[in-house]
Amino acid sequence: MNIITTENLTKTFNSFTAVDHIKFSVKEGEIFGFLGPNGAGKTTTIKMLTTLLYPTEGSASIAGFDILKQRAQVRENIGVVFQEPALDTELTCRENLDFHARMYGLSAETRKKRIVEVLTLVNLLDKKDVLVKNYSSGMKRRLEIARGLMHSPRVLFLDEPTLGLDAQTRRVIWDYIKQLNKIENTTIFLTTHYMDEADFLCKNIGIIDKGKIIVMNRVEALKKSIGNDVITLVCSDNIVLQQRLSRELWINKTTLYGSFLTLGVERGEEKIPVIFEIARQVNVSISSVDVRKPTLDDVFLHYTGRHIREQTTEAVVSRAFKPVGFHPRRQK
Amino acid sequence: MMDRKDFQAIYMLWLRQMKRFLRTKSRVVATIVQPLFFLFILGFGLNIAIFPGMEGSYITFLAPGIIAMAILFSSMFTGVSVLWDRQSGFLQEVLVAPVSRLSIVIGRTFGGATVALIQGLIIMVIAIVLGVQISGLRGFLLTIFFMILLSFTAVGFGLILASTMRDFEGFQSIMSLIVMPLMFLSSSFYPINESLPDWLRILSFCNPLFYMVDGIRGSFTGINYVIPPLINLGIILVICIIIMVLGTHFFNKSEI
Ligand SMILES: Nc1ncnc2c1ncn2[C@@H]1O[C@H](COP(=O)(O)OP(=O)(O)O)[C@@H](O)[C@H]1O
Ligand SMILES: [Mg+2]
Repeated sequence: MNIITTENLTKTFNSFTAVDHIKFSVKEGEIFGFLGPNGAGKTTTIKMLTTLLYPTEGSASIAGFDILKQRAQVRENIGVVFQEPALDTELTCRENLDFHARMYGLSAETRKKRIVEVLTLVNLLDKKDVLVKNYSSGMKRRLEIARGLMHSPRVLFLDEPTLGLDAQTRRVIWDYIKQLNKIENTTIFLTTHYMDEADFLCKNIGIIDKGKIIVMNRVEALKKSIGNDVITLVCSDNIVLQQRLSRELWINKTTLYGSFLTLGVERGEEKIPVIFEIARQVNVSISSVDVRKPTLDDVFLHYTGRHIREQTTEAVVSRAFKPVGFHPRRQK
Repeated sequence: MMDRKDFQAIYMLWLRQMKRFLRTKSRVVATIVQPLFFLFILGFGLNIAIFPGMEGSYITFLAPGIIAMAILFSSMFTGVSVLWDRQSGFLQEVLVAPVSRLSIVIGRTFGGATVALIQGLIIMVIAIVLGVQISGLRGFLLTIFFMILLSFTAVGFGLILASTMRDFEGFQSIMSLIVMPLMFLSSSFYPINESLPDWLRILSFCNPLFYMVDGIRGSFTGINYVIPPLINLGIILVICIIIMVLGTHFFNKSEI
């Protein structure tokens, strides 16, 4: 059963179209990821789905309720963790949760029980009486996730849940997300511009760029479409080599990206000597070669011609040449 | 239309404001200092001045205006502090909750009114200590009623501003370009009577704040008022309802 469906959902700010006729659906119980660079329209989509922005055009339904006509019912069935912090920093952690619980009409008993449960989950129980203004950004994020869960929503929206957090905290948060999806059977809609996050958490993803969904599929299928292995080459003459290689039938696809060239192939390790031989024949010298399993970044690159990170402001270490086996779960 | 959840929400929004009020003492002091400043400086500075047709001491005349001023500033601030919640992101948390927009407005209004009332009462006590004559218990209770109405109106006005503006600069200019002139035209500082030029009197009668100040003066001190307190009460009730409805409407319409 689909718990989220959208139909031509569109948002225009003045004359700028931030979200452009998107259409997708999310199945109950899954973790669905919206992957896209900054400014792609992820947050705007979430704000429309959570009734905070009115769509310019189109509609959507959540848990069977229309986001335009049944706003109150939609709100009852969702939890949201916004991209920017949305805590009252003058209140303590417990007071923030208590505020939330009462806004959602939880009974005194449930309130007490849930506060302990969710704070245990994010490991903040011993800090519950500290004013939130004294929290670190990682702690604030954990508190917000805990708060989103307080009222046991059917769908939890997470807008860039690990933005700006250190690697260790991100790992921990990923585990919470998987756990709550499994234990509480909460459907999760998350947006991210981290490929590894989408890769680790989601079974289905939609890639969004410039307000449009470019492709939507299972993560496995998306990666397969590129080829089982990706070979990246840096050489003295990319154009000549690409022209020559594109005639080889065992290469699924060759793509030129300015300073480097990628090939989608089967059993990449065995193909390297062949490639070197071909390069020698056309007098091109190869200075660097890399073989790895396709990542979502390759998928993004394939569909948009750009790296997803190029537009992100954070200093993310380049993962284009990430060694094979970085994601043990996905890569057997 | 309103259910248990809505009442819980109103209570919670009120409680939040009380906690914030008690925890940010510097802000509390800042908002009460300005009216006190006026009360002391003008009260003592002009105490020897004689205004035509004024009964009692000048400070007795001035105190109701200052009480109104304290409530007005404090309540407008509450309304406009929605902007703060918008900037800090907390407004989103409030708006995605399954409670009606009306209960959010009511919760904030009650919170703001309570804070404003406390500040108004502090000024009242100080005024009595300074020798302001009061009319009696019945007048005192009626004054409280006026203060509540004024506070609701001002929170509503603040909400309108907060929903139509994106930053605090706009609020600052509204304060100095509209609210301060209204304060001066409200009979807070000098009596409105035949000795004034006609245009000034007409302007004063067009000023909603005039009825608030005149009402508080009529009930609190029982002298120097222009319109009988109960008639003022009726006028203010109408103004209050209009502004509250507008404030709720604007708040409803505004997006994140
Ligand atoms: N309130 C707004 N007014 C005008 N433009 C906006 C507004 N909100 C978002 N945008 C624009 O819409 C685009 C999509 O933004 P957003 O949904 O926040 O992207 P993402 O979350 O994917 O980074 C951006 O170019 C952004 O500048
Ligand atoms: Mg965003």
